[in-house]
Amino acid sequence: MAKAQGLTWTIDDADHMTQAEIYGEVLTNLGLEDERIVALTADLAGSTKIGKFQKKIPERFFNLGIAEANMIAIASGMAATGLIPVVSTFAVFASLRAAEFVRTDICYQKRNVKIIATHSGTSFGQSGTTHHCTEDLAVMRALSGITVIAPADSFETARAVKAGIEHDGPVYIRIGRGFEPPLHESLDFDYQIGKALRMRDGTDITVIACGVPVLHAVEAADRAKEQGVSVRVLDMHTLKPLDEEAVLEAVMDTRRIITVEDHNVIGGLGSAVSDVIAKSGKGCAVRKLGFQDEFSIVGYPEDLLHRYGLDADGIMGAISDVLKQDFETDEDWEDEI
Amino acid sequence: MLTAMEKKRLEKKARQLREHIVEVTFTCGGTHIGGALSQHDILVALYYKLMKIDPKQPDWEDRDRFVLSKGHGGVGHAVVLGDLGFFDAALLDDFNKTGSPFGMHLDRLKVPGVDASTGSLGHGLPLALGMAMGAKLQGRSWHTYCIVGDGECHEGSIWEAAMAAGHYKATNLTVFVDKNRLSLDGPTKDVMNIDPLDGKFEAFGWRVITIDGHDFDSICKAVEDSHAEEERPVVIIANTTKGRGVDFMEGQTAWHYGGLDAEMRDKALASIRRTG
Ligand SMILES: Cc1ncc(C[n+]2csc(CCOP(=O)(O)OP(=O)(O)O)c2C)c(N)n1
Repeated sequence: MAKAQGLTWTIDDADHMTQAEIYGEVLTNLGLEDERIVALTADLAGSTKIGKFQKKIPERFFNLGIAEANMIAIASGMAATGLIPVVSTFAVFASLRAAEFVRTDICYQKRNVKIIATHSGTSFGQSGTTHHCTEDLAVMRALSGITVIAPADSFETARAVKAGIEHDGPVYIRIGRGFEPPLHESLDFDYQIGKALRMRDGTDITVIACGVPVLHAVEAADRAKEQGVSVRVLDMHTLKPLDEEAVLEAVMDTRRIITVEDHNVIGGLGSAVSDVIAKSGKGCAVRKLGFQDEFSIVGYPEDLLHRYGLDADGIMGAISDVLKQDFETDEDWEDEI
Repeated sequence: MLTAMEKKRLEKKARQLREHIVEVTFTCGGTHIGGALSQHDILVALYYKLMKIDPKQPDWEDRDRFVLSKGHGGVGHAVVLGDLGFFDAALLDDFNKTGSPFGMHLDRLKVPGVDASTGSLGHGLPLALGMAMGAKLQGRSWHTYCIVGDGECHEGSIWEAAMAAGHYKATNLTVFVDKNRLSLDGPTKDVMNIDPLDGKFEAFGWRVITIDGHDFDSICKAVEDSHAEEERPVVIIANTTKGRGVDFMEGQTAWHYGGLDAEMRDKALASIRRTG
């Protein structure tokens, strides 16, 4: 049973909590320590778990009803008075319904608002496509001045929420619906916004993932190892600012990269990583796993990850494909960065 | 006006389909059953008495249009469409399962008879208004119906559409507000007060008719009146009960969304049969 350790608080049993529960808990504890923190939601206090904050600190909690754009602008106004607003709703509404409000009221005006977007990707798969969100990373990455984070499990979520609140500036944290299996065993790991975590070391190929697919990438790496293939796995929990150094190292060391995300392959992690590879000027085989510019079908999240090749099986398949892929190497194959 | 026979027929149909909603909720693991049961009698009156539709021709050009703006009520809509034969009702056994055409929020490209893919609240009313305006502009006879949730009325886009409907005098549009007084987090009066709803719509240029949303005579009469209105769009504020028909769900926020085990299903079915 892992404990999540804050400055003055602990959460028991962190490994049995979903991403959303953990974030609700961490946020509440931070709120008890810092009176500037206020929590806002749009009729989703229960579903997003920001309701935990409401129970403990009702005077600093605001439910705006089902009015997401309004909520974002109100949060910006509150931030203008020195408060630290944390807003929470489903990813599709935070990033798309309210997109222009996030851009103009939070990013453009540099307001210290934290957005915690739940039910992202296809984590609410049965709900249907109106509630999937495979575009938010692309939209948020394109907004200037916002930090974009996609934690892989509840432990990372705890770290991200704390680090996000300590960071001065807009932050978007994308989490699932809940029920995500843990990647880490405890909160005891080096966590820094903008710094990828190397989950497995390897020299033949690198898998760079964010969110729930990181766990699947690790499983694929372990299976590949048994077949004599050495796979590096990077948990790229921060999409912006991206850990370019880690990507460049992967280019130089393995020359083959696969990206995996519960997101459209346009504009998300794969695109961010590809930008760095292009800039490097080095030959590198790249495969972007994600939704190939299509809306997902309806289904259970784990079935969808499998169907769209984002689980360990899919990643294994991509590894063997990309290992076979030919490309022109350059003379500096052995370059150091 | 409804004859006594017609009313009986509608009540019987409503009961049968309430049971089906419970069955689907049981097999699929969870649906937005509370709101499906509150909107249900309106849906039954529209589909079994009032609307001009042909299940054999879901895309018939002159059919009346229907938009479930509170798209999370999709399970109730699907059960009606299946019963009418828009598709094989047996498909509902896989509701929400991987690869099924049915998510909780219906997809117009996958489910015959669905005119708009809704689920994101606040979209359906402007979509319906567009359909009504399209009919007028092209001299077509279809009428457009829309059901909006009362919590959904928090969304600014509902009021943007309300203003536009008043402005364009969309008299070929009839809107119901399923006023069950609860949204997802609790009573609308606590989460975000929307009252007085009638005064708001009136101020936006609408005629408001307030009814008991579980009484078929009132529903049908209100729709007839809305057709006779020549100046303003009509909103029918239907007072309803969330979870209507299942005693342990009625008026309970917790039953906005939920699943049923076998025992709860049996209790729910028994309750529906008793109230009938
Ligand atoms: C834009 C948007 N925000 C949030 C949600 C999540 N959500 C689904 S149903 C619901 C409550 C709806 O309340 P109401 O309109 O009163 O529906 P009813 O009580 O009839 O079920 C919410 C917040 C959503 N579907 N769309």
